[in-house]
Amino acid sequence: MSAEFSSFINVGERTNVTGSAAFKRLIMGEDYEAALDVARQQVENGAQIIDINMDEAMLDSEAAMVRFLNLIASEPDISRVPIMIDSSKWSVIEAGLKCVQGKAIVNSISLKEGIEPFVEQAKKIKRYGAATVVMAFDETGQADTQARKFEICKRSYDILVNDVGFPPEDIIFDPNIFAVATGIEEHNNYAVDFIEATRQIRQELPHCHVSGGLSNISFSFRGNNPVREAMHSVFLYYAIRAGMDMGIVNAGQLEVYDEIPLELRNAVEDVILNRSEDATDKLLELAPKYQGDGKAAAAEDLTWREQGVNKRLEHALVKGITEYIIEDTEEARLAAERPLHVIEGPLMDGMNVVGDLFGEGKMFLPQVVKSARVMKKAVAHLQPFIEAEKSGVRQSNGKIIMATVKGDVHDIGKNIVGVVLQCNNFEVVDLGVMVPAAKIIQTAIDEKADMIGLSGLITPSLDEMVQVAKEMQRLNLDLPLLIGGATTSKAHTAVKIEQNYDHPVVYVPNASRAVGVCQKLISDELRPEYAAQISAEYEKVRDQHARKTPRTKAIDFQDARTNKFTCDWDNFQPFKPSFLGVKTIDVELETLREYIDWTPFFLTWSLAGKYPRILNDEVVGEEAKSLFADANQMLDDLIANKKLSAKGRVGIFPANSQDEDILVYDPQSTDTQKVIGVAHHLRQQTHKPKGPNYCLSDFVMPLTQNRQDYMGAFAVTAGIGEDEIAKAFEDDGDDYNSIMSKAIADRLAEAFAEYLHQQVRKDLWGYAADEQLDNEQLIAEKYQGIRPAPGYAACPEHTEKQLIWDLLDVEDSIGMKLTSSYAMWPGAAVSGWYFAHPDTRYFAVAKIQQDQLKNYAQRKNWSIEEAEKWLMPNLQD
Amino acid sequence: MHNNLDKNKSQKTVQQLNEAIENRILVLDGAMGTMIQEHKLEEADYRGEQYKDWHCDIKGNNDLLAITQANIIKDIHLAYLKAGADIIETNTFNATTISMADYDMQDISKDINIAAAKLAREAADEMTLQTPDKPRFVAGVLGPTSRTASISPDVNDPGKRNVHFDELVEAYTESTLALIEGGVDLILVETIFDTLNAKAALYAVDVVFEQIGYSLPLMISGTITDASGRTLSGQTTEAFYYSMRHAKPFSIGLNCALGPDLLRQYVAELSRVSECAVSAHPNAGLPNEFGEYDMRADEMATHIEEWASAGLLNVVGGCCGSTPSHIKALVEVTTNVAPRKLPDIEIKMRLSGLEPFVH
Repeated sequence: MSAEFSSFINVGERTNVTGSAAFKRLIMGEDYEAALDVARQQVENGAQIIDINMDEAMLDSEAAMVRFLNLIASEPDISRVPIMIDSSKWSVIEAGLKCVQGKAIVNSISLKEGIEPFVEQAKKIKRYGAATVVMAFDETGQADTQARKFEICKRSYDILVNDVGFPPEDIIFDPNIFAVATGIEEHNNYAVDFIEATRQIRQELPHCHVSGGLSNISFSFRGNNPVREAMHSVFLYYAIRAGMDMGIVNAGQLEVYDEIPLELRNAVEDVILNRSEDATDKLLELAPKYQGDGKAAAAEDLTWREQGVNKRLEHALVKGITEYIIEDTEEARLAAERPLHVIEGPLMDGMNVVGDLFGEGKMFLPQVVKSARVMKKAVAHLQPFIEAEKSGVRQSNGKIIMATVKGDVHDIGKNIVGVVLQCNNFEVVDLGVMVPAAKIIQTAIDEKADMIGLSGLITPSLDEMVQVAKEMQRLNLDLPLLIGGATTSKAHTAVKIEQNYDHPVVYVPNASRAVGVCQKLISDELRPEYAAQISAEYEKVRDQHARKTPRTKAIDFQDARTNKFTCDWDNFQPFKPSFLGVKTIDVELETLREYIDWTPFFLTWSLAGKYPRILNDEVVGEEAKSLFADANQMLDDLIANKKLSAKGRVGIFPANSQDEDILVYDPQSTDTQKVIGVAHHLRQQTHKPKGPNYCLSDFVMPLTQNRQDYMGAFAVTAGIGEDEIAKAFEDDGDDYNSIMSKAIADRLAEAFAEYLHQQVRKDLWGYAADEQLDNEQLIAEKYQGIRPAPGYAACPEHTEKQLIWDLLDVEDSIGMKLTSSYAMWPGAAVSGWYFAHPDTRYFAVAKIQQDQLKNYAQRKNWSIEEAEKWLMPNLQD
Repeated sequence: MHNNLDKNKSQKTVQQLNEAIENRILVLDGAMGTMIQEHKLEEADYRGEQYKDWHCDIKGNNDLLAITQANIIKDIHLAYLKAGADIIETNTFNATTISMADYDMQDISKDINIAAAKLAREAADEMTLQTPDKPRFVAGVLGPTSRTASISPDVNDPGKRNVHFDELVEAYTESTLALIEGGVDLILVETIFDTLNAKAALYAVDVVFEQIGYSLPLMISGTITDASGRTLSGQTTEAFYYSMRHAKPFSIGLNCALGPDLLRQYVAELSRVSECAVSAHPNAGLPNEFGEYDMRADEMATHIEEWASAGLLNVVGGCCGSTPSHIKALVEVTTNVAPRKLPDIEIKMRLSGLEPFVH
């Protein structure tokens, strides 16, 4: 080790849920013992500082951070080294700082959200007695060039040292290591930018340190470890000499500089130091030669084209490459005895490889969908030849009818399952959305299907699925029935659906499970045993369900009312909206794009992780990046060519509450209090010793005050055109882009709701005119007021959407419709209520009792049966 | 309550203190508990008039005596001042709400702190009036509390805690404000066996200083609990200092637990790494089989004289078992010895876990 290397501090990074899949599994599984072992091993292997990160969407990150740090405190082998508390959330960092007795490092803060939070956080870090990593990130974004990197670091330094009094030796700059050799010219100088910025920072900003995450630099050579290791070594060699004195480096991923073959080292140095224009091409050319571990090379590498046609087809399928698929399929066809053999032979073999890799967790959903696109293109090419030959029918694994049930328009999940099944050689007959039971069953009979799969997203769909099962029973079908979709569950399937049908009914929790389930159900050998097993399992679920004592005690409706939320209404001054009435909102997609919350988009594709961190996730990061790039490319196209458009209606009305109702008044005749609609809400009815039993009406001033309050309503869609776009892709055999377009439309609709809510707060209603929040803060709902949507937790009853439609004249003015189950069309839509009271909060109504059910039926002028039907999810445990 | 007058007065005190510490070794007082024991107080004495009807036993609540036996406490202060102490410590070692809860007296924690600070203030001012060339200072004591924020109370559940950082900050904030209201010149966070508790104290003190608009000098003193050379929470002396130095203390030191013979090496370590003044107030030896400390004043003075001449000390005093005669002996052996010179410490990032890490 050279002297420079010996002064370089390596930060251990295995205790990071965003960077290590293994550690994440342990934490998610609450296996803290084993998680401590990971930390201990790192220290034993020489980590001088350990980075701890618990940023995971499905995790209470604060609690996990506190628990892990407290446990570490009692492990002297681990806690002997300083801790780096790593989170993108300040609250997690602060919770961590309250648990460490040593002097720790915060990772990280930056000027991203402006000076004010930066100064405030720095002051606190100083007060807690910690050092901090500062990212080269400011209000306009992440620094890429040397000049920008230095400028932001200098500005941060001056603020920290001069204004906050932060010790300069406790500042660690992270000037962002970005990937080079990506094929994009602007990226060529990124390594030089980092190295030179580092040099300037260390020279001009006394006592501070420079750190960075090394693995990014070689991102474009993923899969080729020898080249990556060489890139890491060369980069470090120069960066350390320029003054980088800390970093997150996987020691196992580092070649010794002097041991890199000269030829490779020169090529890598040309890339890192940006010494020639064709450096990237040269390294790409050289890279396969050093491919040590037999893995497939980077996508730019075309050596696979030299293989035999069958291997090429497999490669194209696994990698999702459509570019050569027609010519390769044609070559295979000419070589084959019959065109059908191409499908049954090399194409199916390739898809089997895809299926296996997916099953082993080595491929991710978006990749599989891309593979399906390749497959469809190949099959489409062969189709005319097969028909010309009239050589009979292709043998599939089995045929499945799939449909989103009547009243529901949501189909992204169903489409994904369809694609995955097709990849595994099932024939899928997709009936689309809002399909009545009769049509599903008739098609199954006509098509001689082997199975039926039902999907739905909104709660009334659960009831519709029960109807389909009953109809299948009545008509003596014997096909297995598969149940899936966001609101479905094993419990519901076991308790409500399975008993209505004598043949197998199976709940499928996600797309990756679908294949296994279908294969078992289709096999004559496996089916009886599997069916018996499922049936026994559901019997057990039912049994457990029946014996389950409610977690929280129920109270009488009257008692719940007595414990309502209230405030000092006598002295409460409602904020008079600057606008009263109803209007149409037109907004450019370009604007909405800025408001997108990307995290759920990745979830749609079964990639779990919080955006933007997911882009650098060890396991799914590469796939997430590629998916994100595709999404943005499609967004560019949708926006530039105006293929999709967004429309919304918003209204703000005078209103008062009366128990659980909200009386909405005509905004034009404010003095006379002319009631134009009544919103019916539900009250929490569980025993709550500490908080109130909330009902949304509690947030509006009671009628008895004899003064007016206000409330709002909205309905927005970003899905005008979505069906046509998705259909066009589908017809082209491109499920990937079909699903993508719908997922994007969904995100834009949510973004629209976010955008409109902000307009309402700042302008239309105007009670928070001075609000200044960026998108992350908006997503975290750091504002006053809520926008609960009918059908969700705080107002779970779907038919209330009708009132929004009536009050805002939604259908006639902007064409959005409600289905028989009160799903919105187009599917990419959001509607809801606005409440502005400073104490508003989201809550879940959860389980209600018979007394409230009766009361609700009365208020809605319904029979008890009808009320039971619509409130079903809130009547069950 | 806190106005410019307080601020100006405080600035003048700081100036006097800085002048004094540059020129000589300052002497702290000795044990309070040992002196109170001499009085053999009974339950009724602890209760006094004020708490004669209190609903639980309060014998042993020494801090309460600032209210119920004010004269005894003030006399102890005066005895130490007469022995030559420059700085006396308020009788508030257990006066936080957290420790007072043991007697269900958390609600009068503030009153105790104010009363104790006032008593010490009166005593110090009386002495300063007599010898104006030797101003006397009052250090408001923040003790460790009876709970630990980084050690589990349950061996079967190492992640468990019986007090949280925020609760400690709240308790220390109240005590600090009350001590300042009572007129102390410095704040002394002492007998630190869990560094996280002390970090909460420093946090609270910093918040209070920001709130009142000026800062008091801050003394910090940790406790090495046994011959392993670590705090109870496991830190080495140097690591402990790195966890504390962000508060820019007036002095850092060690007290309690060990007698001077065993404590020396750790004071020497602090003396090597500390950018600020170094203090030590050891016990008068280790307790004997009767729980009494029996190191005589002259024995203790011999040790301290050697430390002082080795250039380890800026502030010295006594902890458990020490009496005015010990303090008098310390004054005698340190009066003509030059204080420790502040070393030139290179500017580096100084982190810590249980062990120090310098980069």
